[in-house]
Amino acid sequence: MPADLHVISPNPDSVRSARFEALVLPCLDAAYNLARWLARDNADAQDVVQEAMLRALRYFDSFHGSDARVWLLAIVRNTFYTLRTKTPPGSLHESLDEDAHTLVDGGPSPETLTLLAVDVGTLQLALERLPSPLREVIVLRELEECSYKEIAAITEQKIGTVMSRLARARERLKAELAHHPKEVRRHDV
Amino acid sequence: MTCDDARLLVHAYLDNELDAAQSATMIKHLRDCTACAASYDVYGRLRKALAQPGLYRRAPDALRERWSPAQPAASAAPASPRRRRAPLAYAMAAGFAGALLLTSPAWIAGLRQDGGGGNPVVAEAISSHIRSLQAQHLMDVVSTDQHTVKPWFEGKLDFSPRVKDLTGEGFPLIGGRLDAIAGRSVAALIYKRHLHVINLYQWPADASATASSEEQRHGYTVIRWATEGMHYVAVSDVSAGDLKQFVLAFQNDAGTPTARSPP
Repeated sequence: MPADLHVISPNPDSVRSARFEALVLPCLDAAYNLARWLARDNADAQDVVQEAMLRALRYFDSFHGSDARVWLLAIVRNTFYTLRTKTPPGSLHESLDEDAHTLVDGGPSPETLTLLAVDVGTLQLALERLPSPLREVIVLRELEECSYKEIAAITEQKIGTVMSRLARARERLKAELAHHPKEVRRHDV
Repeated sequence: MTCDDARLLVHAYLDNELDAAQSATMIKHLRDCTACAASYDVYGRLRKALAQPGLYRRAPDALRERWSPAQPAASAAPASPRRRRAPLAYAMAAGFAGALLLTSPAWIAGLRQDGGGGNPVVAEAISSHIRSLQAQHLMDVVSTDQHTVKPWFEGKLDFSPRVKDLTGEGFPLIGGRLDAIAGRSVAALIYKRHLHVINLYQWPADASATASSEEQRHGYTVIRWATEGMHYVAVSDVSAGDLKQFVLAFQNDAGTPTARSPP
């Protein structure tokens, strides 16, 4: 199957290829990480990344920015939404808008103080349960270590929206983590 | 600042996204309000928990192999048919060769040909240099002080890199980074020449190695040399003359007995 790849590039030349290889290929892990957290499935994530990389290769000439990772992640995200759901990313916003989920933070409960002890599996479940507009900002921020500006560019949102979504994502995660496994732990003590 | 404001801004504060004035207000509020301070603490812990490497999903090998120009040793079998095809591609069309360069291991063989005795290390060094210029990839340790940069490498490498500040020669040291070249961990020192970045890679060599060379590719100049049991590779988009001057300055400053200069 890799043997077929050499016919894909429509207008290849070696410098362009070398640039693509040097700038875009190092972002493959980042692309897959985002795709995997959006798709929540290995096979789907591979399809998304494969398609996104082909698009990136096709449109590489239009990349003039300084950060190939941000550029590629935006393509991955768009690819995911076009491949996986027929609904455009924009329509997912309504259910989440500001009034629907006001910040309810009653301050730290004793349970949340043991957050550090949360295992990877529990965190993964909690992350996967987040709605995708919240999940993508938290993945971009915490796993990809993107700045707000970069997240805003990737998700085509305003920085203010990024900030409030990130706040809501963390509050939801905190609530999830405080409720589920910690009950058990407290009874143990 | 009210607690309501702080509830949202504490996240931006955690993410280091507040400006100096807002940060100062936030620090003051966190000092005065125990509830918000506790909440800040909890979200800090949450961030740490999310930083566990187990949550990061790396690309599976199948996908990586599809897109990465594989190392020749690692993929001897699949490499052979395309390596045979490479000269044909060169003969037929440069464009077709470009596609091969991108997607097949033959690109290493190709670079060897057009490099005229060049070395895959050169191609790797250029790739690494370009990669390092992407946001947030340039430096692991940011310092203009060689006595900060050198100890930073301690325990991260199986050798002690030579670190010299060349500000006096017009090449200020700005930091260091761990990198990988030719399948091993190497030290990368980052220098500046005006607005240009120079990456200097170094790793141990066989005692006998003294090869030195200068190559130009895609607008980058690469100078390699070996001395006192170390390989050095300098990469930059500065002019070849400037990079040569940098290399001489580093060699002189490093106290190399005869300052072996590249041809």
